[in-house]
Amino acid sequence: MKPVRVLEGRAVPLERSDVDTDQIIPSEWLKRVERTGFGRGLFSEWRDDTTFVLNQPEYAGATILVAGARFGTGSSREHAVWALMDYGFGAVVASSFGDIFRNNSSKQGLVTVQLSASDVDELSELVKDDPTRLIVVDVEKLVVEVPEAGWRRSFALDAMTQERLLEGWDDIGISLRRVDAISTYEATSHAPSLEGVFDAEGHVQHA
Amino acid sequence: MGKTLYEKLWDDHVIAGPDGESDLLYIDLHLVHEVTSPQAFDGLRLNSRTVRRPDLTLATADHNVPTGPLSTPITDPISRRQLEALDENCREFGITVFPRGHENQGIVHVIGPELGVTQPGMTIVCGDSHTSTHGALGSLAFGIGTSEVEHVLATQTLPQQKAKTMAVVVNGTASSNVSAKDIVLAIVGRLGTGGGAGYVVEYRGEAIRNLSMEGRMTVCNMSIEAGARAGLIGVDETTIDYLRGRPGVPAGDDFEEAATRWRTFVSDKDASFDETIVLNAPDLAPFVTWGTNPAQVVALDGVVPSPDDTSTGDERDSVSRALEYMNLTPGTPMREIPVDVVFIGSCTNSRIEDLRAAAAVASGSHVSAGVRALVVPGSRRVKDQAELEGLDRVFTEAGFEWREPGCSMCLGMNPDILTPGQRCASTSNRNFEGRQGRGGRTHLVSPVVAAATAIMGRFASPEEVPT
Repeated sequence: MKPVRVLEGRAVPLERSDVDTDQIIPSEWLKRVERTGFGRGLFSEWRDDTTFVLNQPEYAGATILVAGARFGTGSSREHAVWALMDYGFGAVVASSFGDIFRNNSSKQGLVTVQLSASDVDELSELVKDDPTRLIVVDVEKLVVEVPEAGWRRSFALDAMTQERLLEGWDDIGISLRRVDAISTYEATSHAPSLEGVFDAEGHVQHA
Repeated sequence: MGKTLYEKLWDDHVIAGPDGESDLLYIDLHLVHEVTSPQAFDGLRLNSRTVRRPDLTLATADHNVPTGPLSTPITDPISRRQLEALDENCREFGITVFPRGHENQGIVHVIGPELGVTQPGMTIVCGDSHTSTHGALGSLAFGIGTSEVEHVLATQTLPQQKAKTMAVVVNGTASSNVSAKDIVLAIVGRLGTGGGAGYVVEYRGEAIRNLSMEGRMTVCNMSIEAGARAGLIGVDETTIDYLRGRPGVPAGDDFEEAATRWRTFVSDKDASFDETIVLNAPDLAPFVTWGTNPAQVVALDGVVPSPDDTSTGDERDSVSRALEYMNLTPGTPMREIPVDVVFIGSCTNSRIEDLRAAAAVASGSHVSAGVRALVVPGSRRVKDQAELEGLDRVFTEAGFEWREPGCSMCLGMNPDILTPGQRCASTSNRNFEGRQGRGGRTHLVSPVVAAATAIMGRFASPEEVPT
């Protein structure tokens, strides 16, 4: 993935809590075998509604999504992250996230900024007040700010995730560097091999 | 101090690393399906990587498969392409795969336990959030995203951070009309959709112990609906008896030896949990969801709640939005709400005991006029067993559709979907907006409530069905 150090852009306030990954990208979009092109499916059940916030011209081109509590709960579909990023978002600010969604985001370079519910509300108000306001998400300093309004908040990110975002590291490459330790573990592992349970066609082999 | 089951499973699988490095967990079984894997296999090819342990990897087609007759071709070209991709990827990388029509095919979380490849003490992952199901057998099992699927394919490991532990204790004995589904709906209602976030939950207490293995799977299955990635139940003789004789487990003395090791996968008596939640089984009743997340739950005897019942503005908005989407009026008794569709199936409730329970209610009655009722067995083996017992005839004579195995209407990736505005009583796990089809309205219920509802044409319990 590409390194992410500082994101600067405009934001869009979603103002909905409990937005699960089925809402972010409905299952009809999950049949595709590619990793690209999911932006068109983002929030697709809501996009037909002309009053939906993403359809408002003042928020066009926003790169930071200000969401509500429990954003990205439910299904493990990483397609939700691909859809948000393909649409153009680089960060999501919310008071809480679904665990799997947050993990998936960190693998793709989508920055998840967790703030208190009142801070998220404040940020939403600042954005609604003036949608052209520039928002800065700094992954190095772990702060989000609206410089023009003098508003600045810190956020937490575990050290490993922060480092991976900053360096753009490929997780698999990092783990493969420990292949000797993996082999050592495997030598005494209890993991039951499926070899001998099923034949080449997947039929159960009877002893 | 003693260890919790989670801590034992963690310690058994963590690969020692240099200081400061994130913990790497070894994965004993990687289950794969067609939806969350194609991009992972592509990633391997792009980087000239291979599958480290194809013998610890097992794939099945489930999300996309049509549940109509096997002789009917798959008409949706994108679904067909995804199913073909699973087959091709598995053959290229040497992974056992159960395609549509195969004798072992079924929903990934149904086939793991039934084939005995899910065993106590293991770490199990799958690109599917309901992987928590397998925790019912005392294994640490959780859902992962596609990047992690690729990671496990390439390394058989996963970087993980240790979760906090939560004990959910269900004390006492539940009334005979309370099923495993009702217990877990009560738990999710209590915890909320985010209450379990950051935790691995262990279900404990007499009411959990009294559940069959399949009932325990129903409970663990919905852990993620409370935000917990994994749910666990300690091993006991119910677990051992369930596993004996299954294809993936050893036979004879080797089985007894394995069982001795498996019995150690329980929390120690003096182990302590970061959080403990207690429910009383005698207080529980059949439940049904009224809203658009699985924590929006009410007793079947209850009424549709009002936004005024909630304390915060945030919750009031959420309730109002849900009521609007569900087209419900506060104060309406749940039993008076008519349904259009009934779905009995999914990784939550599509096992043989679920089908037996639903068939017992349906037997001799008939589905209400205007209601479409589908029964979708969780796997080919479940379907074969049900047919051996004559359950298929009970269902079809009662006016239910008896279909081929798959995920089906749980998430509507195959042709089994609701049309806009349709109301469905479903034994699945998610009542999210549009989950079963755009504009569809889902209410989560147990298999017996689903069957009774199909017959009465409105939410109902089995006692209401005329005999």
